[in-house]
Amino acid sequence: MLLSIRSLSKSFPGTRALDGVHFDLRAGEVHALLGENGAGKSTLIKCLTGAYARDEGTIKLDGVPINPQSTVEAQELGIGTVYQEVNLLPNLTVAQNLLFGREPRRLGLIHARAMRSEARAMLRRYGLDIDVDRDLGSYSVAIQQIVAIARAVALSGKVLILDEPTASLDAREVEMVFDVVRGLRDDGLGIIFVSHFLDQVFDLTDSVTVLRNGRHITTEETAALDRVRLIEHMLGRALEDAVSHHAPAIRGARPDMLHFTGMGRRGMIEPFDLTVGKGEVVGLAGLLGSGRTETAELLFGIRSAHTGEARDMAGRIDITSPRAAIAAGFGFAPEDRKTDGIVADLTIRENIILGLQARRGWTRPIPRAEQNRLADDYIRRLDIRTSGREKRIGELSGGNQQKVVLARWLAMNPRFLILDEPTRGIDVGAHAEILRLIHELVEAGMSLLVISSEIDELIAVSDRVIVLRDRRHVAELGGAEISGETIMRAIADTGERRI
Amino acid sequence: MNTRALPLYVTIAIFVLAWVICAIQFPAMFSTRVIGNLLTDNAYLGIVAVGMTLVILSGGIDLSVGSVIAFSGVFIAVMLRDMGLHPLVVFAMLLMISTAFGAGMGFLIDRLAMPAFIVTLAGMFLARGAAYLLSIESVPIQHPFFQTLQGAYWLMPGRGRLTLIGVLMLLVFVLGMIVAHKTRFGTSVYALGGGEATARLMGVRQGRTTVLVYAFSGAMAGLSGIVFAIYTGSGYSLATVGTELTAIAAVVIGGTLLTGGAGYMFGTLIGVLTMGLIQTYIVFDGTLSSWWTKIVIGILLLSFILLQKLLLKLSQARLAGGHA
Repeated sequence: MLLSIRSLSKSFPGTRALDGVHFDLRAGEVHALLGENGAGKSTLIKCLTGAYARDEGTIKLDGVPINPQSTVEAQELGIGTVYQEVNLLPNLTVAQNLLFGREPRRLGLIHARAMRSEARAMLRRYGLDIDVDRDLGSYSVAIQQIVAIARAVALSGKVLILDEPTASLDAREVEMVFDVVRGLRDDGLGIIFVSHFLDQVFDLTDSVTVLRNGRHITTEETAALDRVRLIEHMLGRALEDAVSHHAPAIRGARPDMLHFTGMGRRGMIEPFDLTVGKGEVVGLAGLLGSGRTETAELLFGIRSAHTGEARDMAGRIDITSPRAAIAAGFGFAPEDRKTDGIVADLTIRENIILGLQARRGWTRPIPRAEQNRLADDYIRRLDIRTSGREKRIGELSGGNQQKVVLARWLAMNPRFLILDEPTRGIDVGAHAEILRLIHELVEAGMSLLVISSEIDELIAVSDRVIVLRDRRHVAELGGAEISGETIMRAIADTGERRI
Repeated sequence: MNTRALPLYVTIAIFVLAWVICAIQFPAMFSTRVIGNLLTDNAYLGIVAVGMTLVILSGGIDLSVGSVIAFSGVFIAVMLRDMGLHPLVVFAMLLMISTAFGAGMGFLIDRLAMPAFIVTLAGMFLARGAAYLLSIESVPIQHPFFQTLQGAYWLMPGRGRLTLIGVLMLLVFVLGMIVAHKTRFGTSVYALGGGEATARLMGVRQGRTTVLVYAFSGAMAGLSGIVFAIYTGSGYSLATVGTELTAIAAVVIGGTLLTGGAGYMFGTLIGVLTMGLIQTYIVFDGTLSSWWTKIVIGILLLSFILLQKLLLKLSQARLAGGHA
């Protein structure tokens, strides 16, 4: 056994993050580490890489007990890590990044030529032939990830931890990175793969370990594993709605509420028409870069449209700025929650009342009692898991942060809410809850525009699905037409098919 | 080509263009005399700008250097007048003080996780105050060794004088280039400027690097003070007010990103010489007020900041394009 973890425990004030966890990694396997948020995946990895000191338990590498105190020490022992956010420096060259701290020297000075050829040799192993003297930042994220892997392997060479390495890659890039990972597996490395994408887990890994609430639940061969059973392990309960993709009920014709005609902006999105009925969910499907987010930004006035107009029953509405869009009763929960959605240093209460307060104007503060009532109300209604309303939102899990963002908009009672990737980076349980919330909102008469990369999710929530390709609305599917196959076909139509 | 190197090329192009314009209008500006004077007059600024480049590359700033130069001049003058020590001994003492001063600021910046702006601002007042403490009046330096240093030059073809301090500045730039581009320490400095958290993950010893960066800047400020004392032949506590800002301007005009992580030592040399050239032009013209120097530097600085912003946008657009 390459890496063997026994009875690993780690507690934080108030929680037992890891409780006697066992984990084994063979040389030459890709081993998925799965679990919902809060299952203990990241704690386990941090104990392994020396970022946390463990309370109990042993970690053996090649049969030798180890106790790394820092990531650098873990690296030297043979455990390298590649995180979701690329953990190299974009302002240094590829060669500098690869050989940082181990630069070949001559007479005490860095030997540029030796460095270049060494860096090239390192990358050639991964089938990458690029100019190593260019800044790392000038390459795509996929290449940056491969460089990060190359560096981690060169430094460590025994165990490679991939912590959500594919979260910001598109399908083709994911394949590129996976090819590299498979090559390393065949070279005899032990690879731990953490991901939210179950497809990728089935595609890439040899075995799967599931953690839940800090405990080891099961370890199985991936090939023998059934998808539904895996999700049951992760959730710890039999599944009901979480992954059942029932076709939407066709709720008859509804009075059209919002008409967008000829909306477009040069270089961003071709002019399109869109009608959203009251209590209707319109889904936007398409590949990364197909114009989904751009559509949302146009509708919410983040970028002004060059052409077209928006109307409701009463006449023309002004959506030339987010402020105007909000005044018109629109809401927008953006894709990048961390930078665009939440104010991490403010409390849950402050994040919830933010929009409402902005609309009232800062000269008329919402009374504190009213704020508390609102916050408590939404924490209960949306089942936001927190120790209280005064907790910093940055300390919540992704799913709970997303619920707070939703609460902020719900407090303003918009008639039209745009949700851009509402379930990205959220664990399976919270995922199902967000979908349930969407259904509730629609029942209450709100209109929704939902953008998602997960086709199953769109199928589950949408009354109509609009498919985008190359910054153009190319198809509109309604009712019984909506299925994974029809959407895929519309996306694929002429372009390459998404793997 | 790296887009990041573009500001450097632009700087060089502007410098060459400026010189051509000058030379067309005043052919005498192409002489070795003017070149010699350009190096001599800007020696102290160039040396301090080498230290500033490293500090800015690391993502920091050092506002204390102007005051340290003034302190150095007064220190040298007072020591020579009152103690009767040999100038070389005084120089060594001074360099130790200024290096330790810089290292101390670096230590505080790292340990207290304080913004470099505030710590070096305090350093600026401290050093200026220390200079006043030594003497509030201008102290002339009359030491035979000093006169030797002031008079040392090599005659270039065309009767231009390549002075000792001019050569010293060029040597310091060579040293700066080696430190920044050819050592692991230099790579660590770029790494810190690129992102502290990532740099730490990659194994940069942040504390050590920060202390060394400011110590280096302090040493350069001390050396610059020595050069300034040789240049002016006196020590005056009111001298070189605002030189830290001129040095920052030279670094930015030289194509270094003010937020750190990108830039070239050679660019700073061109930045210093460009600023010197503008001054020379105004002297040659004779009718222009010397304030025009400041206005032109202001315009140059602004256009470089805009250029960097533009390049950033372009490289982001290219990345996004490659993604679609």
